[in-house]
Amino acid sequence: MSEAAIERQIDRSQMQVTDEVAIQISDMNKWYGTFHVLRDINMTVNRGERIVICGPSGSGKSTLIRCINRLEEHQAGKIVVDGTELTSDLKNIDKVRSEVGMVFQHFNLFPHLTILENCTLAPIWVRKTPKKEAEEVAMHYLRKVKIPEQALKYPGQLSGGQQQRVAIARSLCMKPRIMLFDEPTSALDPEMIKEVLDTMIELAEEGMTMLCVTHEMGFAQAVANRVIFMDQGQIVEQNEPKEFFNNPKSDRTKLFLSQILGH
Amino acid sequence: MSDTHSNTVAYVRDSMLPEATPPLTEVGAIRWLRENLFSGVLNIILTVLGISSVIWIVLHIGPWFLNAVWNAESLAECRQILDGATGACFGVIKDRWHQLIFGFYPPSAYWRPTLAFVLMLVALAPILFAGAPRKLFWFSAIYPALAFWLLWGGTIWFPIIAMAGFAVGYLAYRVTLPLSTLAATIVGVLATILWWLYLTGPISNMLSGALPIGIMPIRSDSFGGFMVSTVIGVTGIALSLPIGIVLALGRQSDMFLIKTVSVGFIEFIRGVPLITLLFTASLLLNYFLPPGTNFDIILRVIIMVTLFASAYMAEVIRGGLAALPRGQYEAADALGLDYWKAQRLIIMPQALKISIPGIVNTFIGLFKDTTLVVFIGILDPIGLSNAIRADSDWNGIYWELFGFIGLCFFIFCFGMSRYSQYLERKLKTDHR
Repeated sequence: MSEAAIERQIDRSQMQVTDEVAIQISDMNKWYGTFHVLRDINMTVNRGERIVICGPSGSGKSTLIRCINRLEEHQAGKIVVDGTELTSDLKNIDKVRSEVGMVFQHFNLFPHLTILENCTLAPIWVRKTPKKEAEEVAMHYLRKVKIPEQALKYPGQLSGGQQQRVAIARSLCMKPRIMLFDEPTSALDPEMIKEVLDTMIELAEEGMTMLCVTHEMGFAQAVANRVIFMDQGQIVEQNEPKEFFNNPKSDRTKLFLSQILGH
Repeated sequence: MSDTHSNTVAYVRDSMLPEATPPLTEVGAIRWLRENLFSGVLNIILTVLGISSVIWIVLHIGPWFLNAVWNAESLAECRQILDGATGACFGVIKDRWHQLIFGFYPPSAYWRPTLAFVLMLVALAPILFAGAPRKLFWFSAIYPALAFWLLWGGTIWFPIIAMAGFAVGYLAYRVTLPLSTLAATIVGVLATILWWLYLTGPISNMLSGALPIGIMPIRSDSFGGFMVSTVIGVTGIALSLPIGIVLALGRQSDMFLIKTVSVGFIEFIRGVPLITLLFTASLLLNYFLPPGTNFDIILRVIIMVTLFASAYMAEVIRGGLAALPRGQYEAADALGLDYWKAQRLIIMPQALKISIPGIVNTFIGLFKDTTLVVFIGILDPIGLSNAIRADSDWNGIYWELFGFIGLCFFIFCFGMSRYSQYLERKLKTDHR
């Protein structure tokens, strides 16, 4: 569990949590075969919230955020994203997916396409944006993640940190209203973690609604407005970061925090 | 001057040394020989053995080529010219090359398969090379109908009306598209098939009655030689790839019926020898077809060969699909791409690239397997070599004919292999 110190001053002027509901999850349950991975999840995410989800491995945190864009199917309960309920209706699923960006642990860039093509593919084929316009948008976001000069290279030529920043830019090119991060830094070398976290902090500063599964507690303290701790498929504790780290309530949370912060 | 430094501690060089040539054993051919052929006792022994066996082979085969007789009308004449010496009698190839290439196709119409072959190269250009003009794709699209008409002849209306079936299918697809994509696809395919089965014949008969444009029809039984191998091989190759892709996707489908049909088809066709399928095509199919129908034997063989290669192709492509990390599917899904777009833009380009060696393997296998049609009486090059020997002039000639046929097949297959290597290099973007 590496911990990159967050040294920069965070600009909080645009980080505002509104009353508008972005994601509403009620009584959601999911099973893998007979294994009950997610149990009675209830959770509301308002627009502008920055939520960090943590917990031991196998606690269901990745599965939870993967349910939000239906990479995993839930079997009971209700998930409403931006007013669209996730059911087996493919139209709804495609609608939600084009509104929700996702960044993966292993980047999952398309190795047969250049960086620029990775970024323009979905806008061109899903949003029907003209190619030239899509390329301009892509270059805008590539500048934002500070790698415009790599646009014509292939993912295999980039470092892990650069690839993850491309993956973030690729998601942003769809102009999502919500971003999901599934352990975005856990496959990276320590010195590359910082560059990815910086990109994520900038995104938070612009007021993006974010759900991050991560063990970067420095990031949680600096940026999150809420930390959720999960264990055995349930939400065990949630609180604002200061309270969560300094004054954890449940024994399970205390044990977890002592394990990841105690070295 | 410079030899004084050896016994003094302080030293200043006062003359620079000129560049010297390296010892002879370290440069050029001698170095290469030392490193590659004579680097150790075992290597020296192997080199000597290798060179002596090459010399032995050349000494034995050399005279056969050197004494070769090109101008002879029969094997007997050949032997007379050779007068007891060893020597090939390539006169048979000079005498019968047109038969090896065209079979018993009427000589006055040789221009038709030749033209079809040249146009095939043009039609292939935009598919094989990214540098070719994109507009040529239109030519590639109409080429199958054009080649059919050139080879079999007859009225020009038949291939045109048959091609119109695709337009009819597309129209039906567009009309029903608002209902659902699946229904529209099924209706489109059905409309095309019904058009071919029930309307193509009558309409083209009617049109050719009203406006008879056409060239001399030539029946399948006069086809032969490499022409037949190429027609069956190229059609089989061109059709088996798309059918194989569909089968591979079907096998991975979540839909029970589609999955079962795909698995059943693949396992059945793979489990049966090609020769059995060919006999089915030539003999049994007649029992199932309505009496009086004359379903061209070469078309029947093409269908069987295509089905056979498709089953193998499906498994090769499934291997490529299995090699893709799950993350690629998830990333495509997360970006909102639907199934077909994800397949076309993300999954297939990568899976096909991984499968190139296996795909080309199947292509080469298919092309060589076309020689099996000799067993159902189609005169492919092997069949023609038998036919040529049946002539008393050339009775008893084997090596020359088989050597020539083997060489032609080798050139085709080696070409495919080289192309696949070029493609692999071109598509290499992973920088591992």
